[in-house]
Amino acid sequence: MIARLIGEARHVAIGAASPIPATGAFLLKAEKPSLRVSLHQRRRANPFTEGSRELFDLAGQGRIDVFFLGGAQIDGEANINLVRAGEKRFPGSFGSAFMYAVIPRTILFREEHSRRALVPRVEFVSARGEPFALLTGMALFSWQKEARRFRLESVHPGHDVDEIHAETGFGFDSPARVSTTSGPTAEQLALLRGRVAKEIAADYPEFAARVWHA
Amino acid sequence: MEVVRALIRRRARGLKLLGVPVLGFSADLLIGAGCVAEIETSAVSLGEAGLAPRFTEAAQNGEIEIRDATCPAIHTALQAAEKGVPFMPLRGVLGSDLLKHRNDWKVVNNPLNSGTDPILLVPAVQPDVALFHARWADEAGNVWIGRRRELATIAHAAKATYVTYEEKRPGDMLEDELLAPGILNSVYVTAVARAERGAWPLGVAEVYGIDDAHLAHYARAARTREGFQRYLDEFVCTRKKNSLPA
Repeated sequence: MIARLIGEARHVAIGAASPIPATGAFLLKAEKPSLRVSLHQRRRANPFTEGSRELFDLAGQGRIDVFFLGGAQIDGEANINLVRAGEKRFPGSFGSAFMYAVIPRTILFREEHSRRALVPRVEFVSARGEPFALLTGMALFSWQKEARRFRLESVHPGHDVDEIHAETGFGFDSPARVSTTSGPTAEQLALLRGRVAKEIAADYPEFAARVWHA
Repeated sequence: MEVVRALIRRRARGLKLLGVPVLGFSADLLIGAGCVAEIETSAVSLGEAGLAPRFTEAAQNGEIEIRDATCPAIHTALQAAEKGVPFMPLRGVLGSDLLKHRNDWKVVNNPLNSGTDPILLVPAVQPDVALFHARWADEAGNVWIGRRRELATIAHAAKATYVTYEEKRPGDMLEDELLAPGILNSVYVTAVARAERGAWPLGVAEVYGIDDAHLAHYARAARTREGFQRYLDEFVCTRKKNSLPA
């Protein structure tokens, strides 16, 4: 799904702590070698020679097409919160306040799909912007710029629309018939378990060992 | 890291840390050991090892002052300082609650545009001290930072720069055309000190990697104050790292 959302981009960058978006980006690159994938936290052969400043400078100039942002909280207006909720303190906003504004295609990604994560209104706006989509562990939403509302596009296998309504803290539009998210093809799965897992293991050893036993 | 451990042993107090652009393991140790009064950063994280436990608890208990920022704003503030200008503009950030908490950041209309074009101005930041670990220093006082050229920006902006290094090289590295682009010129370097495996449990490219198992151990141990104290006793106060294999 992540590979499909990246779509026709020429350059996708992956920020901090994003093993799943990185996996999707490397899968797409395995199928389409012309795609440039810049992994900001790469330990060996890091693409940047001026640290993360270069990532933001590239983005500011429009040289990066796609970026992923997460949120401890994400609300129905597509605001994200990486700072605090209630008594809880989260790590912080990272580059989100900048990236959300300058990246043409921002994909919001949060594996946890719950009322705790998807809230009516975030308690702190780390960043505000116009996303391309919101992808969770249960569903895919598109963003309707005019209506400023999410629209349910598909539900992942093993989940249903009622569950999405029950677990989502904000209102969203839903078509009469919601399709099921299609999973990876057999070829894609083989790539994920092989080449891509190996690539990911260099920078996310714990993730790769846990998910792919790589 | 070696200097961080030394600061904890010396019971440093009231430090203000600037994360460029984020803080990690060093900051979590210093915060847990009570050395820190204030931090300015875009985030505090242990990377794949997860949340920084001592930072999280100190923040939730209001024990440290936190000036939340966003990565490019910190880079921009240092770039303004290295150029000796009072501020620099930065796109984005408008609409973020970060602005509400940063009285030092100003939004103005782009003076070069006759229409409406709000833009953020970030004031220059000149740290008192820049502190990092590098692979090489030479007899001329230069330091080789390789591709980590953002470290040069920190040193250019700071009033004083202290560097620990893995290995001393003879002569003057600036005479080597291939090494020169990765060098921080001695004009910016206040003092250097040798610290073999000084970045441990973090890594130095091509010398030793990040000790992921140790960071994961720390993340678990430091979840409680007692566990953190045991960690300090074992790895900071007794310098156990030197006995570990490279």
